Amino acid sequence: MPIEKFVTLESSCVPLPIENIDTDQIIPARFLKATTREGFGDNLFCDWRYDKKGKPRKDFVLNDPTYSGKILVAGENFGSGSSREHAAWALTGYGFKVIVSSFFADIFKSNALNNGLLPVQVTPGFLEELFNAIKDDSAIKVKVDLKNQIISVPSLSISEKFDINNYKKTCLLNGYDDIDYLLNMKEKIIAWEEKA
Amino acid sequence: MAGKTLFEKIWDKHVISNIDQGPSVLYIDRHLIHEVTSPQAFGGLKERGIKVRRPDKTVATPDHNIPTMDQHLPIHDELSRFQVNKLKENCNKHNIEMYGLTHPYNGIVHVIGPELGITQPGMTMVCGDSHTSTHGAFGSIAFGIGTSEVEMVLATQCLMQSKPKTMRINIEGELKKGVSSKDIILYIISQISTGGATGYFVEFAGSAIRALSMEARMTICNMSIEMGARGGMIAPDETTFEYVKGREFAPKNEEWEKALEEWKKLPSDSDAQFDKELTYKAEEIEPMITYGTNPGMGIGISNSIPKTEEIEKTSQKSFKKSLDYMGFNPGDPILGKNVDYVFVGSCTNGRIEDLRAFTQFVKGKKKADNITAWIVPGSKQVEKQAIEEGIKDTLEAAGFELRQPGCSACLAMNDDKIPEGNYAVSTTNRNFEGRQGPGARTMLASPLTAAAAAITGKISDPRDFL
Ligand code: SF4
Repeated sequence: MPIEKFVTLESSCVPLPIENIDTDQIIPARFLKATTREGFGDNLFCDWRYDKKGKPRKDFVLNDPTYSGKILVAGENFGSGSSREHAAWALTGYGFKVIVSSFFADIFKSNALNNGLLPVQVTPGFLEELFNAIKDDSAIKVKVDLKNQIISVPSLSISEKFDINNYKKTCLLNGYDDIDYLLNMKEKIIAWEEKA
Repeated sequence: MAGKTLFEKIWDKHVISNIDQGPSVLYIDRHLIHEVTSPQAFGGLKERGIKVRRPDKTVATPDHNIPTMDQHLPIHDELSRFQVNKLKENCNKHNIEMYGLTHPYNGIVHVIGPELGITQPGMTMVCGDSHTSTHGAFGSIAFGIGTSEVEMVLATQCLMQSKPKTMRINIEGELKKGVSSKDIILYIISQISTGGATGYFVEFAGSAIRALSMEARMTICNMSIEMGARGGMIAPDETTFEYVKGREFAPKNEEWEKALEEWKKLPSDSDAQFDKELTYKAEEIEPMITYGTNPGMGIGISNSIPKTEEIEKTSQKSFKKSLDYMGFNPGDPILGKNVDYVFVGSCTNGRIEDLRAFTQFVKGKKKADNITAWIVPGSKQVEKQAIEEGIKDTLEAAGFELRQPGCSACLAMNDDKIPEGNYAVSTTNRNFEGRQGPGARTMLASPLTAAAAAITGKISDPRDFL
C-alpha cells in the first residue's frame, strides 16, 4: 500500500523503558484473527494496558495522561519475536509515527518501514538521556528529521545522527512502496526466470 | 579471492539486481503461506487489481488458528473459522495449492515443507512467519517476512532484501547422554542473548551438528530467530540427501542426479570468510530449561536461577519484572519446581523423532496426577506415523493423549491456552509473557525434559532416568 510521506516530526514522547519488548507484548496472538489492517491500535500492549476485566491499568504509561505524543521511546531490543506485521499496524493504529530504541529486531524494522513507521536507532547513552529528559519534563519535544537523519531535543540542544538505508529513506520521504518498484521490474524478473 | 560461504553461494545465485545503496532484489523459489499473515496481503493484491504471479511456487496450509480436536467439524470459533475460510477462498481464487484441515498433507507450515520435499537445498524460501528459518536445516536460505512482504512475493515472486552479515557457530565434540539439539540451541541463545545474532545469517557447523539427524537440525535452525538472526542454515550432506530423496515433491530420476550434483557444491568453501565466528564444546551442554520470559533466559537444569547481582546493571529491572511474572526468586534452584502443564509439539519439536523421544521415556510409566499434558503432532503425516508406530497406544497406556496437528498452545490462538499463573514445560520456542495464554508461565525445554516433568510432576533432570 502507498505509505504516508515522512519528512520531519516534532512531538512529545511516550517512554517505555523496558528491554526486549517482543511482538507478543505489542499485540498478543489472540488478536491476530482479523483479515484487515485496521483496528489493531485498540489492542496495542493489551495485556500491560488492561487488567483481566478489561479495565485500564493505572500504572501503565499509555493510561497515564502525563505522557502523550507520536514518538514511543523504548528499551533495548524492541520488536523481537514473531514476524507479525500486526505489531507495526498496532503501533501506527494507535498513532505512533516513530519508535526510538537502542536496538531493533530485524523483521520488526522492515515491517515498520513498510508501514511508514520510522524506527530510530540511537546509542544507549542517548537513549538514557532521552529517558531522563522525558522524566524531567513529560511535555518535552523531540524532533526527528529524516532528511538529515538527525534526532534532537531542541530545548536541551542535544542531538544524534541515526542510520537508515538510503533506499528506504527515499521511499519514506516520497511515500513510495516496494511493490510498485518491483512491479515495474516485471520484464527483468521474467528474463531472469527464463535464464535460471 | 576468498571462497564463498554456503549463504553467499545461494544468495548470489538469486539476486536479480542490486539497488545502489539499497537492498537487493532477491528471487524466491518457494513461498509458504498460512491463514494468519496472508489475508491482508491478498487484500492488497485486490486493491492493486493484480493476481498472484507464480501460484505454482506457492503452497498454503492453515495451522496457527485451528482446533486440535474434532477437526472434521466446522471450527466453532467464528473469527478463526472466518480466517481459515478466507485462506481457502484466496487460494481458490488464485489457483494456489492448499492443504486444508483433514487433508493428509495438512500441518504446521514448517513441518510440512520438509516432509513433502518442498524444502530443498540451495533454495530461497520465505513465509509470513519468523520460524521459516527451520527450512535452513536443508542448506537453503529461508526466513520469515511480514505481511507487506508476503504481498510483495505474491505479486512479483521477488523480495527486497538487504544482505545480512554472516556468522558461523561451531559445536564441536559429542553430546552427552540425555542432551538433544533443543539443548544445543537453548544453550547458544543463553550464551549470546536474544539479540546476539541480529543482522546476521547464521551457519551452524562442527562435528556435533554433522552428527545430528535432519529433525534435530531443524530444531536448531528453527530457533535461530530467537537469538535475533535473520535465519539459520546447515550445509547439506548425505543426511540431508537421504532425507529428501523419494519425498513427494523431491526431484526424481535424472532430475535428482542433476540436483544432487548442484547440492554437493553448496557447502562453504574451506577458505570462506564469516563476519563472526563462535565455537562451543558439545560436552559442556547439559539439558537446558528457561526460567524467564525470553528464550535467552536459559540455564542448565542442575543450575540455579541467577542472582540479581550477576545480571548486568542496566538489565536488572527487566530481570526482576521477568521473575515476578514467573513467580520465581533470584538464586532459586530450578529442579523440583512445580509444573502444571506439559506441551509437546510445534514446529520446534513436533516431528516424529520428538514424539518418539517423549514416548520412549514415558513408556511403562504413568503421567503425574497434577499434570495436564497436550501432545500435538506437527502434521497429519506425523500423526499417521505416530499411530502406525504404536506411539499413540503407548502414550495412552501411560495416561497421555495424542491430539490433532496444529500450532496449538505454541501461540495459543486456538482453545489450547495454558491458564493464568500455571506453569508449563513446553517444547516450543517462545516463553514470552502470555505467549501460551494470558498469564501463562512457560519454561522451554527438550521433549526429554518435558517427559521427565510429565512423569514426576515437577522440573526433573531426564538424565536421572536414563
Ligand atoms: S508452531 Fe508455533 S512457532 Fe511454529 S509456526 Fe506455529 S505458532 Fe509459529
